[in-house]
Amino acid sequence: MTALPAVPTIKRERNKTLRRFTANRLAVAGLIVVLLLSVVALLSPYISPFDPAKQDFAALLQSPSAAHPLGTDELGRDTLSRVLYGARISLSAGLVSVALALVVGTALGLIAGFVGGWLDELIGRIIDALLAFPFLILAISLAAILGPSLQNTMLAIAIVTTPAFARVTRAQVLAQRELDYVQAASALGASSGRTLLRHILPNISGALIVQASLAIAEAVLAESTLSFLGLGVQPPTPSWGSMLNTARGYLQTAPWLALAPGVIIFLTVLAFNLLGDGLRDALDPRGRTR
Amino acid sequence: MLGFLGSRLLQSLLVLLAASFITFTLVFLLPADPARMVAGPSASVQTVTSIRHEMGLDRPFLGQYGAYLGRLVQGDLGRSYKQNTPVSTLLASRIGPTLQLMLGAIALELLIGLPLGIWAALSRGRWPDTVVMGLAFLGAAAPQFWLALSLVYLLAYRFNLFPLGGYGGLSHLFLPALTLGIGGAGWYARMMRSQLLEVLSQDYIRTARAKGQTARGVLIGHALRNATLPIATMIGLDIGTFMGGVVVVESVFGWPGLGRLVWDAIRVIDIPIIVGVVIFSAFVITLSNLLADFVQPLIDPRVRYR
Repeated sequence: MTALPAVPTIKRERNKTLRRFTANRLAVAGLIVVLLLSVVALLSPYISPFDPAKQDFAALLQSPSAAHPLGTDELGRDTLSRVLYGARISLSAGLVSVALALVVGTALGLIAGFVGGWLDELIGRIIDALLAFPFLILAISLAAILGPSLQNTMLAIAIVTTPAFARVTRAQVLAQRELDYVQAASALGASSGRTLLRHILPNISGALIVQASLAIAEAVLAESTLSFLGLGVQPPTPSWGSMLNTARGYLQTAPWLALAPGVIIFLTVLAFNLLGDGLRDALDPRGRTR
Repeated sequence: MLGFLGSRLLQSLLVLLAASFITFTLVFLLPADPARMVAGPSASVQTVTSIRHEMGLDRPFLGQYGAYLGRLVQGDLGRSYKQNTPVSTLLASRIGPTLQLMLGAIALELLIGLPLGIWAALSRGRWPDTVVMGLAFLGAAAPQFWLALSLVYLLAYRFNLFPLGGYGGLSHLFLPALTLGIGGAGWYARMMRSQLLEVLSQDYIRTARAKGQTARGVLIGHALRNATLPIATMIGLDIGTFMGGVVVVESVFGWPGLGRLVWDAIRVIDIPIIVGVVIFSAFVITLSNLLADFVQPLIDPRVRYR
């Protein structure tokens, strides 16, 4: 028993996964859009033509022009710059809340699935109860209770997203626990903690990555919905959802205000969904839903 | 089977109990002081203290939870801070419009989704299939608030086909119901397609064709009926997904239902109303899940419980 033959197998398996992923054009398109959005979010101070908070009362509610390709809003602010800066808020809200949910949810799922017994029962009941609430309603009420701000929005979305991760992890752990490699690890004297973190966790990471990508889509949508309802990011910080909230008041006079933020939210959600679906098909070709 | 349904009933009660505990804990941990909110910002410390005692807020956590649960079982969801009306009365007055909106959305998503799904399945692999599945995917990812604004702009402002918003007859209902139902229409189209393809590959379909039944006859007489049965049992589950969307849709269209109630409560931070709707929707969802389990074997005899 040497580790040597295993290495090329893993490598070949990875290459296969990669090939399956790149063969899926929609998934690759999703990945490209996600990367582009990340670059925009990182570079927004350098690529924005205007300061997103700078008001210009000589140029209120202007329709798209050479100076303002996406027009200006009710305070004369440049819509393009605000959309570019908005990428920071939306993506960081999505990433932070999902990262938080991933860590807490995975930990809960690992414990519930591996330890079992009354602890599993307790965690399972809490997850069931949290899932009994509609996702958005719970996020809305949490954000309302915590008070409107970006941090609280992220926290609210993280809490609502956590049960999904706990559930996926628990199901995966239950399936892996019976497999030979786990038995072998504990037979060789690995502690439960080591078995969980060094052996089981790497083997279920694929499912978690897929879940994370789909959860980011949902989190971005939730953040923009909360901002649209006035619960998320507060002015003057630009966020796609709050821009749409403003735009609804000017639908008749300045409809272009609703176009750009709406399209970009749609695109972002779509891209993360395509990426997640593509990853799932690439990592687990048997589970294809078709 | 009765054993299964009994245990499902018990399970649902447990979920609701845990859900009530979660909502209560949330309000308990609330940074703002409810007594202060009721008394108003200018009230004296004595008044706030006496209101706190009156509301039982000075009692220990579990004692307060017990009292809360006792009231909850009797349908008492507390009083609104701002309107000084029982939350249950406010909820009751808003259920009607929301129910209308949801029924409208269910009707539209079935009318749009099922035919498209059938079309996609019958033209599997050809362009209608690709187009319908693409649209279904887009519909499911479209942000509802943007969909709402786009529909208002196009169909109400530009072409004047429908009213901009407000409560009224079918013409008022159409746009909000469509906004709420588009995502579901995509979902039903996908479900219908995969169910129909599954059914069409069964032996009894081939038998019917072999006995001389026309393709159309097989489709209408055998395939469609068996493909729609499992879908019919899922309609109840839509109510859960609609609960969140209702807040957005009703706020954009000014539809006076539960969602609008929540939206108005958000803006003045009237916590009892928000929490009341949350616990109410958990109740409705648990109930509709349970109902789906009861109805499924009645509609579809193939479903058997272990």
